[in-house]
Amino acid sequence: MISFEMPKPLIQTRTVVETVAKNMMRPVSRELDENEHEIPWAYIEFMHTATKALGSSSMAPDEAAKKKKEQDPEKKKRPPINYQRLMVMVEMLSWGDAGIYLCTPGGMLGAAAVSAAGTPEQKKRFLSRFTGKEPVFDAMAMTEPQAGSDTSAIRATAILDEKTNEWILNGEKIFVTAGNKALIDSKGFIVVWASLDLEAGRAGIRSFVIEADTPGCKVTKFEEKLGIRASDTVSIVMQDCRVPFENILGSPTVEKSTKGYKGAMATFDATRPIVAASALGVARAALEFVQEKLAEEGVEIHYGLPRQKMSNLEREFIDMETQLRQAWLLTIKALWMADNRQSNAMVASMSKVKAGKVATMITQKAVELMGPLGYSREFLLEKWFRDAKINDIFEGTGQINLLVVARNILGYRGSQLR
Amino acid sequence: MYSFTPTEEQQMLLDAVKRYAEGDIRPAAREADEKCELPPELIEKGWELGVLQASTPEAYEGFGDYSALTGVLAAEGLAYGDLAASLGVMTPNLFVLPILLAGTEEQKKEMIPPVIEMEWKAYSAALIEPKFDFDPLDLQTVATKKGDSFLIDGEKTYVPYAAEAEKLLIYASLDGKTQAFIVDADAEGLTVGEKQKTLGIHAYPLYSLKLEKVKIPASQQLGGPEGHSMDLIQASWQIGLAALAVGVAQAAYEYAIEYAKDRDVFGVKVAQKQAIAFMLAEMGTDIEATRLLAWEAAWMIDEGKEGAYKQAFLAYHAAVDMVMMVTDQAVQILGGHGYIREHPVEMWMRNGRGFSTFTGLAMV
Repeated sequence: MISFEMPKPLIQTRTVVETVAKNMMRPVSRELDENEHEIPWAYIEFMHTATKALGSSSMAPDEAAKKKKEQDPEKKKRPPINYQRLMVMVEMLSWGDAGIYLCTPGGMLGAAAVSAAGTPEQKKRFLSRFTGKEPVFDAMAMTEPQAGSDTSAIRATAILDEKTNEWILNGEKIFVTAGNKALIDSKGFIVVWASLDLEAGRAGIRSFVIEADTPGCKVTKFEEKLGIRASDTVSIVMQDCRVPFENILGSPTVEKSTKGYKGAMATFDATRPIVAASALGVARAALEFVQEKLAEEGVEIHYGLPRQKMSNLEREFIDMETQLRQAWLLTIKALWMADNRQSNAMVASMSKVKAGKVATMITQKAVELMGPLGYSREFLLEKWFRDAKINDIFEGTGQINLLVVARNILGYRGSQLR
Repeated sequence: MYSFTPTEEQQMLLDAVKRYAEGDIRPAAREADEKCELPPELIEKGWELGVLQASTPEAYEGFGDYSALTGVLAAEGLAYGDLAASLGVMTPNLFVLPILLAGTEEQKKEMIPPVIEMEWKAYSAALIEPKFDFDPLDLQTVATKKGDSFLIDGEKTYVPYAAEAEKLLIYASLDGKTQAFIVDADAEGLTVGEKQKTLGIHAYPLYSLKLEKVKIPASQQLGGPEGHSMDLIQASWQIGLAALAVGVAQAAYEYAIEYAKDRDVFGVKVAQKQAIAFMLAEMGTDIEATRLLAWEAAWMIDEGKEGAYKQAFLAYHAAVDMVMMVTDQAVQILGGHGYIREHPVEMWMRNGRGFSTFTGLAMV
């Protein structure tokens, strides 16, 4: 039966996370924006200890909880909601502050890759660190100076040293979100994409785990950004960086097929709607700001008027509200499908396309509609305008996601629709 | 729990609707549009699917409980065939549903069974008025109480099947509030005008209506002397239209995909060009997003959720823009062929433009 009833555990999550967003994020939002690269340790420590109360904030499925659930016949009957819970959490944290949200400890994109392509042994070895005493971070290092969404252009290499049974990694990665927190500020790890065989193109690309303190892996640059300034975005150079053979995710041999590559790409089916969720949180913050300011001025939005009778302000506001909800619904559907193990590549990319576009539109419109209040740094609206834009860029630009949607719609392979 | 899967019963109904929309409506749609006429047997066949009957309780000779959601699912499926025929099949909804949702027990018992039990007959409603900024909550048609009757005066337009209607639900302003009145179509003072010519939905018969001191017993005010709220009725129009818009858009979108995958250009298929593929991706995304919003609004109405009426309006608001964008893009993707009446997309584009005007022309 079709239902839009939010499950109770999700409502609880939302309520608890809202308190965190209001009390631990909003009050320091401006300060952290003005002091780029300052780390929100108070928030990090809190989130690390509160994870138990909040439920896992990790991109990686909670293996222990899964086992428990399998043993408990009552719980086993309940439909899975892990990704949906994560969506609610990420939306609300981003409503608090999208930059600080990206500093949330626990498994994020790196963990998502490990749990998508890793062996049980790898999952245990890499993911158990998140539940330790200290907060730990991870990161995904894919982009290179000459290779963004076109991952087949990746030039970083991984060569097996058969004598020592180690991979030797060489190359440069840029735009690594939380890379410094993963490697320097905590005993975390990054997942690096590199080629086993440059001649083989995409078929040769694999991902590798580099743990903190691995010699030959250095953070070389902190980017200064338009928004999400509380979150570090770094460059990483690997120079004869050796990792154990067991740190490869997926098959160590290059076959003709791009199966291994596709496995890695499947990570996006979960991470893209999560990025969408973050966009939705920022957009909602901006929309609510407009709503509050209008209410303060006694301006009422009339729903149900014919368009000929709507004011421009009403039309714009209702448009924003409508599109926000549409994007939200696509996102929850994508993650509901992920939870229920349905193939969701198309809706996942749709949600990312729509949410990225909508969040950008809403925050830009909000600044416009609020005039001098919108443009002023006295309020957070101008910051949200800057923060929102990243969601139409990282984890695949809006255009790349359109391409994914189009290929799915048309049943085309990459070679048929470039 | 969230779920996006219809019930088994809904699915059975949807399968039947789909067979009818694809097998009966679609092949008849172009000729109906050109001739400006809906074949009665086509409408009767659609009526026999029992969509409205399934939403009418047994007490009034139907066989189910009212479900906005089932109505939305069915409307979307019908409109995938053709909008004019869908509106034709759904015309009695305009009379039955307001009575079911807002009428007195007496009105329901008296008015609904004759419509529900029989073959399709023209029971319809008159709402829209001929002015550019027509507002259903600010009507120029006026009802005046005189003793134990009402006198209704005014002018209506876009009244479906007015020329052959048995009864009409006529909306008029009573002390500044919109109220519906049940009126016999042969009432004195009620004059049906010429069949109206419109941009789209040519096959759907629409008429203008003049009301001069049309006298009706006071008992024919919908909801009795207390009258009724317009909230639920309006929400029912809005989700009905949103669902139909999704169906129209889905048809245009699929047609454009098929064409683009078949047609060669510069050594590849049209669909292999990003300029076209991206249009299709945006069309598909907005259709799905609007569909979900319409479903959610309908679900909220059925569950009596707070904010349901607003959500219904948002769904309608989204659908109006979405269906225009999608049908326009479908014509664009077919290029010159899209402009030719040999293909259905130009018809769908004309139909698509109407949704901002079709206030009250569909109910689920």
